[in-house]
Amino acid sequence: MMKRFFDCVNRNRSAAMTYGLVIVFYIVMQTLASQRMLTRSVTGYLVPICVYIVLAVSLNLVVGISGELSLGHAGFMGVGAFAGIVAAACLRSFIPNDFLLLLAALVVGGILAGFAGLLIGIPVLRLRGDYLAIVTLAFGEILKNIVGNLYIGLDAKGLHFALNAEGIHMDPAGKMILSGALGATGIQKLSTFFMGFLLILFTLFVVLNLINSKEGRAIKAVRDNYIAAESVGINTTAFRMKAFVVSAFLAGMAGALYGLNYSAVAASKFGFTTSIDILVFVVLGGMGNILGSVISAAVLYVIPEAMRGLADYRMILYAVVLIVVMLCTWSPAVKNRIAMVTEKFTSKFRRKEAACHE
Amino acid sequence: MKKVVSLALAAVMAASMLAGCGGEKPAANSSATEKASAQAGGVIKVGNSGPLTNDYAMYGKAVEYGLKLGFEEINAKGGLQYEVRVEDDEGDSEMAVNSFNTLMDWGMQIMAGPTTSGCAVTIGSNCAEDHVFMLTPSGSDPNIIATGDNVFQVAFTDPNQGLVTADYISMNYKDSKIGLIYESSNPYSVGVRDTFVSEAKTKGLNVVCEESYTSDNKADLSTQVTKCQAAGCDLVFMPIYSVEGAQILTYANKIGYEPLFVGCDGLDGILAVEGFDPKLAEGVLLLTPFDATADDERVQEFVKNYTEKFGVVPNQFAADAYDAAYIIDQACQAAGVTADMDYQQVCDKVVEQMLTMTYSGITGETMTWQADGAVSKLPKAVKVENGVYVTAD
Repeated sequence: MMKRFFDCVNRNRSAAMTYGLVIVFYIVMQTLASQRMLTRSVTGYLVPICVYIVLAVSLNLVVGISGELSLGHAGFMGVGAFAGIVAAACLRSFIPNDFLLLLAALVVGGILAGFAGLLIGIPVLRLRGDYLAIVTLAFGEILKNIVGNLYIGLDAKGLHFALNAEGIHMDPAGKMILSGALGATGIQKLSTFFMGFLLILFTLFVVLNLINSKEGRAIKAVRDNYIAAESVGINTTAFRMKAFVVSAFLAGMAGALYGLNYSAVAASKFGFTTSIDILVFVVLGGMGNILGSVISAAVLYVIPEAMRGLADYRMILYAVVLIVVMLCTWSPAVKNRIAMVTEKFTSKFRRKEAACHE
Repeated sequence: MKKVVSLALAAVMAASMLAGCGGEKPAANSSATEKASAQAGGVIKVGNSGPLTNDYAMYGKAVEYGLKLGFEEINAKGGLQYEVRVEDDEGDSEMAVNSFNTLMDWGMQIMAGPTTSGCAVTIGSNCAEDHVFMLTPSGSDPNIIATGDNVFQVAFTDPNQGLVTADYISMNYKDSKIGLIYESSNPYSVGVRDTFVSEAKTKGLNVVCEESYTSDNKADLSTQVTKCQAAGCDLVFMPIYSVEGAQILTYANKIGYEPLFVGCDGLDGILAVEGFDPKLAEGVLLLTPFDATADDERVQEFVKNYTEKFGVVPNQFAADAYDAAYIIDQACQAAGVTADMDYQQVCDKVVEQMLTMTYSGITGETMTWQADGAVSKLPKAVKVENGVYVTAD
């Protein structure tokens, strides 16, 4: 029994490390917060960091594991954000507990985003490679523009939908939840670091289990050799669809957490630039490397904020940091050079040590 | 084993980075006001966040310069001393919250921002929660002041602009066929457009053509212009920003379409758009609270000092920010605010003053504020003639 447990741990060492890192990070931050040792700005980063970690991990499922470049991830985040905001506003009177209300909003956001992922996946996953990337980009923009033109109001009779401000026929006592390009305003903030932490654990649980399951191996087989996978009877589209929808679902949950963390959210946030930001987290952390996504999302989110002191130069330096990290981790030439230098130092150190011993 | 160690190191690094970056010194962005503050002892810390990089940087910079010039002059007079710190929010609400938290860590007592409406709506609720006095110089969305009793604005609200423009057109150009071009993804533009259209309906104006674009497809606006031309519009209302305004004017000139172009305060700055021939803006009508060529002595002095210091002619955003500095000073002096008060005390005292005081500045005479935080002042109609603004009747 014990042996089997350890075997399992060994096999999933990287997974265990990922969980461990997240839990340690949460405990450290929570302890610091309870000792009032965190500044306001650091406390303010915690929820967005959780959101971006979930987004990066879920995108990694599509980009790294399923091997398809998706450039529309922020669109799903946007669907989740606005679905979550609307759900929270509607369910307020039924669920008095903030935590449960947030949980319900997250689930609604995830389901709607997952549904959007399913609808988009049907035409998109017939394509591969560059073509798929372009089409996901287009669908991401479509999703952003749909939520950016939607007017939703809530009154005693229920929800009202329209595509322009004049089209909403509401009781005067009703409240606009979402008004087109102006976005949602007057949101009651519900998101907490604890929920963000739970969402990361949930995401890791789903993604890591999927990767190590039969389905996950099939998805990876499709990635590595499409024709071979097809020839052994794997339904390629179905397995890619599974990864795509799960990824959209998780992105929607992250979006809902994001939307309920601010008092106002506009659709313009969920465009191409945000998709690329998330993709940068994934690429820098390593394709298919879940732990890498977690670390790189957290670190890369904080870097530009930490460099505020540099005023106008910070965005240039952020780009420089990206290039340096990319070179150090992925360029064989630079990696060799670094290895040579460290080798020199350690060998010198060793020689000295040896001399001491003599 | 090695992996575990490296992992632990990475975790420690991430944590220390988080813990460290909050406590940085305020040195980088604060202006020369620091020198003055050293002599006087206590300073009142005023914060602002705006887009210093990215698309709307020209507005963020204008507000930054306006605030710095205003507070420098106030500090030079003696009396209460102020220190300004401006943080970059890229015009993004998420970054604006980070900027706000950074400013609060620095010890901000008064928020003189944010610059853009979207960010101001978000930060308004943060200021209301923490009870920090907030005066946004250029945020014009009515949702901003709805966030709290301690949130005020210097600029007109968007609906107010739409209303005033519709009234102005119905008074002067009642029979014209009106075309409307606006940016449907921009809250400011949509806000003006919505009230303009409903007011135009009640005033019996003839809006024959309504065209929109979004921030993603504004590289080419020729279709919108052509459609207005095809509909026979002889007046085109553009509640948009100056960069796109310049594009439209250039294209209209190219196809020989010459309606009367009317804009709001967002179009202010059209003469300074890079690569745009200001001659094409001849005859454009603007409703703006600030006119850099006005004869008013204070305006002239402001324009002279600003141009000398920063090398550009100030636009309305700079003027609003400059006024914001003086409004804050007037309220603080009248309320007896001192540098050692915490932000909540400052807030209580200043809000009380804001509701009763009257301020005359370069963006309007005898401004007063209502309990909801909106300002009441009158816009000036200006026309571009020979490359400068002149007051239109």
